Amino acid sequence: MSLIVLKPGLQSTIQDLGRYNYSHFGISASGAADPLSLKIGNLIVGNKESASAIEMTIIGGEFQFDSECYIAISGSEFEASLDNNYITNQKAIDVKKGQILSFGQAKTGARAYLCIQGGIDVDNYLSSKSTHILSGIGGYLGQPISKGDVLSFGINKNSIKPIIFRQLLDMNTSKIRVISGLQNNFFDDKAWSSFISNPFTVSNSSNRMGIRLDGNKILSNIESEIITEGVPLGAIQVPGSGDPIISFVEHQTTGGYPKIANVIIADIHKVGQLKPGDKFQFNLVSKEEAEELRLEQMSFIKNLKNND
Amino acid sequence: MISYPKIIPASDSALIVYFGDIISYDLHRKVFILTKYLIDNPKNDIINIHPAYNSVMVSIEPSSRLSKTQEYLNKIIHDIDNIEIANEISEVEIPVVYGGEFGPDLDKVAQHCGLSIDEVIKQHSSAEYLVYFIGFSIGFPYLGGMDNSLDTPRLEIPRKSVPKGAVAIAGSQTGIYPLSSPGGWNLIGRTPNSIFNVDNPKESMLKMGDILRFKSINTEEYEATFL
Repeated sequence: MSLIVLKPGLQSTIQDLGRYNYSHFGISASGAADPLSLKIGNLIVGNKESASAIEMTIIGGEFQFDSECYIAISGSEFEASLDNNYITNQKAIDVKKGQILSFGQAKTGARAYLCIQGGIDVDNYLSSKSTHILSGIGGYLGQPISKGDVLSFGINKNSIKPIIFRQLLDMNTSKIRVISGLQNNFFDDKAWSSFISNPFTVSNSSNRMGIRLDGNKILSNIESEIITEGVPLGAIQVPGSGDPIISFVEHQTTGGYPKIANVIIADIHKVGQLKPGDKFQFNLVSKEEAEELRLEQMSFIKNLKNND
Repeated sequence: MISYPKIIPASDSALIVYFGDIISYDLHRKVFILTKYLIDNPKNDIINIHPAYNSVMVSIEPSSRLSKTQEYLNKIIHDIDNIEIANEISEVEIPVVYGGEFGPDLDKVAQHCGLSIDEVIKQHSSAEYLVYFIGFSIGFPYLGGMDNSLDTPRLEIPRKSVPKGAVAIAGSQTGIYPLSSPGGWNLIGRTPNSIFNVDNPKESMLKMGDILRFKSINTEEYEATFL
């Protein structure tokens, strides 16, 4: 069972929930930019939430199926249609042999997931199917998919019962919650006040490695470099230029810029839905609250699986 | 007053252990021992380990609590001087063809440092380097030990593509490009060896804690030893 890529879209990659235990070799986790949407899409087609799917960015692709299958689309609305019939997100759809699935442009947000029952079948690299574009590893030949690629799917049949979940996820990206970062004290009250009160604009040069921010310069009053140390997912690094960078799924494993704040894990999916030109603000929450929100989000997914 | 070691949250799913606030061999040994211990005794809650010069950061499984891992790390670091780990440190010799098409920036480095090309090669290949850790990008070794006389600022315009095995200098650091990638370091030579094993990173030629020396070779030897 396979599909052929008729149009790849702007940047479409194979992603699961990421590759772990290799950051001491300089390999960050990668994985879905909006992990929450990937999980929901997978559960709707009866996959494990960690199954591999096609992640599309801003402009979707076009795919033709060589056999019948069961799919769901999650994440942003990309104006999807199956043989010219409009289809909605978060709904299980039976696709017949030969049908063509086309995506348009993201109406809101930046990323959508095409989840297929059984997952996309590419070889595991270091125990994950996630593409890490920067490292050139994983997924399909370590790079975004191209026109003419043939992707197999449906090998990993499993017994999980598909769930029904039509509720829209909170995708409001106008506020992104953060906790203070490891070098929060490198920034004085004035810098902090600007960081929290003024909006940022997502720069054109953003990618899966980092979301670069413009329009609100944040200057350190101490130093612009530290002794290189580990960089967590969501770390907001501030280089000497004053334009912060949110370290994203393909982030560098270590870095030497001070980190003013860190996006909370429960809001990482929103970072994955930011696109160039978007304006948003950061909201500061406590570390305790951030941890509770993360645990709540994890039990939300767990309950979805169990209640069905 | 700050006392070391200390453990603090780096995010709501990561903790960082600081052993001090300088770059030194003593701190490196502690980083090395903690990293090795965590790799050799895997725990489900810890899903990634990020060693660096004076710190080790760990990411935890998103359905776990930070306090649980914090307690676990606390126990280990307070007993770190008694931890015995298998000493897998290797002394590695990396053959390098210096200059020419293999090191297009060697002349520039020599000029900048006020040295002859032979002096740069001699200086670079006579020092002993420590692999502090692998980080930043895939397989990239952070090396310490380059003589200050070779300090050269990085290129103003980075190259779009630097070949795998390029040996380079940027600021007070020297490094080896494990794979072909864009880069802004001054290229002084190239090794025929593969320092990073993409298929099996654990079997890489160059690992954290290793001691490294560069050996100057000619192009015939380069062709002959190409691995």
